[in-house]
Amino acid sequence: MSVTDPNGAAEGRPGLWNRLGIRTKHVLWAWAFLAIPVLFYVVIRFYPTFDAFWLSLTDGNIRRGPSFIGLENYARMYADPVFWKVFGNTFLYLLIGTPVSLVISFTIAYYLDRVRFMHGLIRALYFLPYLTTAAAMGWVWRFLYQPVPIGMINSFLTSIGLEQQPFLRSTDQALMAATIPAIWAGLGFQIIIFMAGLRAIPSSFYEAARIDGLGEWAILRKITLPLLKPTTIFLVVLSSIGFLRIFDQVQSLTANDPGGPLNATKPLVMLIYQTAFSSFRMGYASAQTVILFLVLLLISLLQLWLLRDKK
Amino acid sequence: MKTMRKLSKIAALASGVSFLSVGAASAVEIEYWQYVFDTRVAAVDQLITNFQAANPDITVKHVTFPYADYPTRVVAGTMAGQGPDVVQFFYGWLDNFIAQDLLQPLDPAVFPAAEIEADFFPIVSAMSRDGSYYGLPTAVRSLALFYNKDRMTAFGLDPNSPPTTLDELIAQAAASTERDGAGNYTSIGLTVEMGGQDHHWWREALVRQFGGVPYDENGDVAYTSDEGKAAFRWYTELNTAQHVGAPGFMDEGQAAFRAGLATFTIDGTFRLGGFAANPFEWGVTELPANAAGERGNYSSYFANGIGADVTGEELEAAQKFLAYLSSEEAMTVWLDVVGELPARRTTALSEENLANPIYGPFLRGLEYAHTTRFYDESGQRQIMLDAANRVFLEGLSPEEALDIAGQAEQAIINDLR
Repeated sequence: MSVTDPNGAAEGRPGLWNRLGIRTKHVLWAWAFLAIPVLFYVVIRFYPTFDAFWLSLTDGNIRRGPSFIGLENYARMYADPVFWKVFGNTFLYLLIGTPVSLVISFTIAYYLDRVRFMHGLIRALYFLPYLTTAAAMGWVWRFLYQPVPIGMINSFLTSIGLEQQPFLRSTDQALMAATIPAIWAGLGFQIIIFMAGLRAIPSSFYEAARIDGLGEWAILRKITLPLLKPTTIFLVVLSSIGFLRIFDQVQSLTANDPGGPLNATKPLVMLIYQTAFSSFRMGYASAQTVILFLVLLLISLLQLWLLRDKK
Repeated sequence: MKTMRKLSKIAALASGVSFLSVGAASAVEIEYWQYVFDTRVAAVDQLITNFQAANPDITVKHVTFPYADYPTRVVAGTMAGQGPDVVQFFYGWLDNFIAQDLLQPLDPAVFPAAEIEADFFPIVSAMSRDGSYYGLPTAVRSLALFYNKDRMTAFGLDPNSPPTTLDELIAQAAASTERDGAGNYTSIGLTVEMGGQDHHWWREALVRQFGGVPYDENGDVAYTSDEGKAAFRWYTELNTAQHVGAPGFMDEGQAAFRAGLATFTIDGTFRLGGFAANPFEWGVTELPANAAGERGNYSSYFANGIGADVTGEELEAAQKFLAYLSSEEAMTVWLDVVGELPARRTTALSEENLANPIYGPFLRGLEYAHTTRFYDESGQRQIMLDAANRVFLEGLSPEEALDIAGQAEQAIINDLR
């Protein structure tokens, strides 16, 4: 099908196709191959997303179909203290989770990069939790957080004479207690990405810096961190979206009272799930989904803008 | 199931038999849906075998889903036109299910209301809306006090005289609670868990025993009365003043009891299967009475109904199967396999059952049990759980916490009524 094929034109196929330039043909071919995945993507991703916008303006019976009620769901949401509590929780997950997880994973990656002894094994051990399902992990952490006599952390605390902590059974500790396993679970992935980023920095930069007499701290600040910027942006955006959409860890950590005591750990996604599938309020759940979507979009755009390369 | 029928017709045509004659004689397949709980699944399998033997032209396909997923599956299946023909549901979901058009009313010609009301325990009336019945139970549940005889002996209590009054309950629970030097519970006398069965115990037994009613005759919240508040204070003081147990101890009340670290726990008939393997001697007794000797109990059940879209010969088959599921025979199987009490009075209140040391207390409880009319069962349960947490975790007074709960619950009721 190449344009340079001498026979094509010679045998007289003076159709539209042959009159197109090579660049246009490449583009058309590319789109022909892309058409199926694009169509598939539009149908399974974009259509439900836009449908959610429409559903958020409706109320009604699941089977008889939605009826239009305008912005009533949004007004209800605005007046709902539970929604605002959950909205706040979601931001706390983001504000605690993202920076803490990035700092820890960078520190580990930075030092792990220099370890030669059993490097592969240590790296694999860090990555292991990432392979575990969140539900299984949640149950293990839930066990760790139990009060005495079965909780390991509290048993340790009381054995050294400290007071036992309520962790998940407290309105002020529960959110932090739920964030820690989520941070821990994502570390493996972030460490691997950071290490790939560190390895991608040419060693000649470091050599030159050392010849110029720069200290370790200066090298980190002037070479490593700036050159890691694309990696950092990628991880910040990905980890923020992850924390804003947190659900499975929280659900399995607090399955007896999903969302923690008095909504202390309830994230937005869980509220959406409960609204939709426990109370069957599809319209209201869609309105909450739209808000989550807009928040995710806004935060991702904001981060990309803040961390953009200034040229 | 429609595809199945179509396939059987095509197969019949291919073999040269006339279409019409086969259509009439072809087997009907119906689907029965319930959630996964080992003993319930085993019981239904046994019932289906019996039913199919008696009705060779009907095949019942048994479909199960995990409990957490179950209502969602029913909604999704029905929306997709692939819903159940006969479906099991908790009585508290009925209003939600009717509002979503998931069920059809039972045909009064097949299931006459007068007969239902005469044969079943009165709590079956919770299945009736505007004169139509939407489901019938096989079994009913009630609550009782489970006690660990080994622990009672170990703490110097008489394992043959478990508490009969609320005061005795506190005294015996206090005598069998252990705390370490720092005040942490290492074993408890009574499980305190609003998220378990305690919210039922509080609503239908304690509030009444303190002289109140949980809801008035219109179904509005009435437990915010002084009597209701006294009952709630009594309940929260189990932890805050009497120190006989702590919420969240061993994660769940039933886990604490199973582990042999709780002397008493209030739970339902459905727990009998789970407690059967307990590595200690245990017994069951009626929920404790108040000082005046009044008792209270809560009863609930799973009912079976017919899917909204079922028509024609499938409807007939579904009605036959539903009738069998609520027959005396099915109830006897259910009691043996699942351990839940028969929903028909005559089957339940047999001499043998009443004398049974395990079933007896539950059955006697049924006589004075109340059934809460739930508008949104999980939402209303959550409100009581939150009320208890406000006292236990935030230090609010029981009276204030109950006022907040009353307002929130009334809002749910108003919203869904």
